[in-house]
Amino acid sequence: MKLKDKVAVITGSSKGIGAGIAKEYAREGAKVVVNYSSSKESADRVVDEITRNGGTAIAVQADISKIADIKRLFREVNKTYGRLDILVNNASVWRYEMLADVSEETFLLQINTGLMAHIFCAKEAVAMFGEGGGSIINLSSTISLNPIPGTLIYCAVKAGVDSIAKTLAKELGPKNIRVNTIAPGMTESEGSTADGRPGSAMEKYYLDQTPLGRIGLPIDIAKVAVFLASEDAGWITGERITVAGGLL
Amino acid sequence: MNLLLKDKVAVITGSSQGIGAGIAKAFASQGARVVINYRSNHRKADQLVDEIIEHGGKAIAIRADISEPSDIAQLFETTIEVFGRLDILVNNTGILEFEVLDAITPENLQAQIDTNLIGTILCTQKAAALMIKEGGSIINISATTSINPLPGTLVFSATKAAIDNITKVLSKELGPRNIRINTIAPGMTETEGSHEKGMMGSVFEQQNISLTPLGRIAQPEDIAKVAVFLASDDAAWVTGERIQVSGGQL
Repeated sequence: MKLKDKVAVITGSSKGIGAGIAKEYAREGAKVVVNYSSSKESADRVVDEITRNGGTAIAVQADISKIADIKRLFREVNKTYGRLDILVNNASVWRYEMLADVSEETFLLQINTGLMAHIFCAKEAVAMFGEGGGSIINLSSTISLNPIPGTLIYCAVKAGVDSIAKTLAKELGPKNIRVNTIAPGMTESEGSTADGRPGSAMEKYYLDQTPLGRIGLPIDIAKVAVFLASEDAGWITGERITVAGGLL
Repeated sequence: MNLLLKDKVAVITGSSQGIGAGIAKAFASQGARVVINYRSNHRKADQLVDEIIEHGGKAIAIRADISEPSDIAQLFETTIEVFGRLDILVNNTGILEFEVLDAITPENLQAQIDTNLIGTILCTQKAAALMIKEGGSIINISATTSINPLPGTLVFSATKAAIDNITKVLSKELGPRNIRINTIAPGMTETEGSHEKGMMGSVFEQQNISLTPLGRIAQPEDIAKVAVFLASDDAAWVTGERIQVSGGQL
């Protein structure tokens, strides 16, 4: 097992890619913290599935667009497990909107959840990492480099996320803390299903642009997140890995 | 234990020593049958084969000068004769000549291009033609200098930048055949080569360490672990990527 006895916080992991990472981490021996904002039922289901398969997990509610909630999340992690080794900044909010539709409210929601939270979760996590260091993984998106119309704020947030790993790799390397970015392409999840993306023109567009010829699944991303959190990636920091079947 | 490369057949060019040897050992420890390719150092290649077999792995050594197209053809023919299939190619071999512009001669220019660039393309062509039914994984070894070149590495850095590009083009061409291709870009790594070139213990090494957030230079195992990941199904959704494996050094 690649993550035996490591403690991992995965933000926004009641569904989708986050849930995929939580389950795969648990399968590799990590004790995982399933963070959710409002979907308690989904978070409990992820925890149940993990514990049924012999893993260890707890669900912790925290709206990570609020710094007070972030602090409480990590206090609870400390209380339950007494240590932290891995942080996956996964949670984000995406709004499909053209420039004319952008409002202060949608702007702040996306910035706070997608960017501010990455930074303040990293701050809390680094303060908890022990002598052995730790691993931080930030979830970006292919569109941080190749934006699509209607995603102005989300793309700007993700471009900001790409930058975090580069800066923090240099700041935190001497403490043996590695920081990397995963940029998934279109991935089938509860989020994409709710948006009506499966079977849509957008999905067809992405399929045509993807050399490996399908849409990503949470497990595809989770495998890479296991690798980056593990000692196998001990010499990788400050990197951004696109995990998208060759889609740019 | 769950072996990540069980029964896969892998060719690693230039694998009698250094990073190539590290990758060959790591692949074999994950269940792959490996082809150790060498040009002149058959003693080292044989020692490595013996070491892998002693640890319960499977390996053969095949001589081939990667700057010679006929040698490349022979390398892959022999691989198929012995193992009957091919799943993984690591284009690892490369020549590094430290030389400023004035010191470049047509001969050393051609030697670096023949091995580093033409050899990579011709090996990939042969390998892709053999990865028919189940696809495969190709890994090109580049260097941090493909993006951040150092003075005195003009030709080497140019060939490595070209290798980065080969990965991007071929990920699109070969994706529909389920052949993935990725680049690993190592920073300074302690190898027989770095010792021979006097890099170890030098000011150059000190500069490298001071520019590396994780505060040391690499060992071949650091690079080999990433090669195992990229060759395995854990990286099934990763293609066309360049992963810098350099402790955070740019």
